[in-house]
Amino acid sequence: MSSTLRPYLTAVRHTLTAAMCLDNFSSQVVERHNKPEVEVRSNKELLLNPVVISRNEKEKVLIETSVNSLRVSISVKQADEIERILCHKFMRFMMMRAENFIVLRRKPVEGYDISFLITNFHTEQMFKHKLVDFVIHFMEEIDKEISEMKLALNARARICAEEFLKRF
Amino acid sequence: MVERFSFGVNPITCHAWNKDRSQVALSPNNHEVHIYKREANDWRLINVLNQHDLRVTGIDWAPNTNRIVTCAADRNAYVWTQGSDGNWKPTLVLLRINRAATCVKWSPFENKFAVGSGARLISVCYFEKENDWWVSKHIKKPIRSTVTSLDWHPNNLILVAGLTDFKVRVFSAYIKLLEEPNDSGSPWCKKAGGPGSLGTLLAEFTNSQSGGGWVHGVSFSGDGNRICWVGHDSSISVADASRGMVVTKLRTEFLPFNTCTWVGPNSIVVAGHNCCPLLYTFDSSGQLSYSCKLDNSQKKEAGGLSAMRKFQSLDRQARIENDTALETVHQNAITGLCLYSGSKGAITKFSTSGIDGQLAVWDMNLLEKGIQNMRLN
Repeated sequence: MSSTLRPYLTAVRHTLTAAMCLDNFSSQVVERHNKPEVEVRSNKELLLNPVVISRNEKEKVLIETSVNSLRVSISVKQADEIERILCHKFMRFMMMRAENFIVLRRKPVEGYDISFLITNFHTEQMFKHKLVDFVIHFMEEIDKEISEMKLALNARARICAEEFLKRF
Repeated sequence: MVERFSFGVNPITCHAWNKDRSQVALSPNNHEVHIYKREANDWRLINVLNQHDLRVTGIDWAPNTNRIVTCAADRNAYVWTQGSDGNWKPTLVLLRINRAATCVKWSPFENKFAVGSGARLISVCYFEKENDWWVSKHIKKPIRSTVTSLDWHPNNLILVAGLTDFKVRVFSAYIKLLEEPNDSGSPWCKKAGGPGSLGTLLAEFTNSQSGGGWVHGVSFSGDGNRICWVGHDSSISVADASRGMVVTKLRTEFLPFNTCTWVGPNSIVVAGHNCCPLLYTFDSSGQLSYSCKLDNSQKKEAGGLSAMRKFQSLDRQARIENDTALETVHQNAITGLCLYSGSKGAITKFSTSGIDGQLAVWDMNLLEKGIQNMRLN
């Protein structure tokens, strides 16, 4: 792990732990509703200030919190065109299956690649420290996954090119 | 030191004890209220109060008149009275609110109760004999957001409310039809010269000077002259009416607290998202300070790491060490704290319930012996 990744992840971990103090909160705008306040944004006083933690200008995390829900949006490193395509395809694959990931949002927040929406119902069913671990683990793995895919793609392209050029 | 009981995996939204503490009413995070009776070291389900249609948010059991009041997110409250056959009979209370009710508390004399709600108001309800129903009077101004918690002054006339608009407000809850205003001595009423009519704002405190911090829990002290509250900015505050409404605030390094109560004349127990009740003291010079952690359970050692366990854990959870369990008694946030024995301001035992579905009873005297530096004065 590089020297800047560790403090970056530690900062995200501590912010998430502090942000994930959620209560069950019925809507005070619509009768008999109970909706994530971070999404409906109907009352200003129920939202906390959003926090952006960035490692560099490409890699950053936006954490928005409200009284009963929190939204984590991650921007993944995309150094070149290949990485950008791979990242887009991979995120699209996951977000199409968002309900299997439970905390995944179907669409990312604008300017970010992937968003998680964690509500009080998730923290009631699951251990909070494990939810934090999951997000951190995801952030650790996603870079690795994309660079591995990029290597595999390059290797395949090289073999294809070799086979093709053997004919001449 | 701690007795712990588990009531399944569902969160316990709220709980309340009967007078002799042989029964407990709790809601397993749904529309039902379960009443359990203690049998030796076990609990038997004896009644299910099934009248609400949405999640029950508050339960309070009046010890002397043996009545239970429940409120729920379906905007209703019921008063339950026990028949001679042991079954509970509901009576609907006309709260006249159009958002979820959030909390309910019987007054100390048990002739009225207050319900906080998301409709930006507090309903103070009392029984009207002529019409044979519970009627409610509203406290509306200047509430700007959901009421999260309530507590009664021991004189039965004053109510304190914690709100999500970052304020703590003290109201008069005096109902002319019901009682005499017999408390001209209370420092809360000094400015107004008496409790005033229902809904008179007697004091208002802001949780933080810079604004912010939903108030999660409020509590009057045993003599009723002090209020403590806990906010979402992980702070504990005490307002002292006998000293000109001075507010003392302490920011802590822990996660936010959900509930607080006075265990002694100068000691406060708080509990919340860090899953562990903590003791704070308020000394004579008006300083709040951290006293100790009441939960001193140690992390369970699994008896060395055998190769088999290591591979089993790797296989099941894809990780070598098994660190799922927390080292505290409660495994998730504590949401409720009730008096178990003693009286308000002189508590000898209290109970906590949380999202992990556990109920724990803490004995202050045994804790005092077991923990160094812990002093209850």
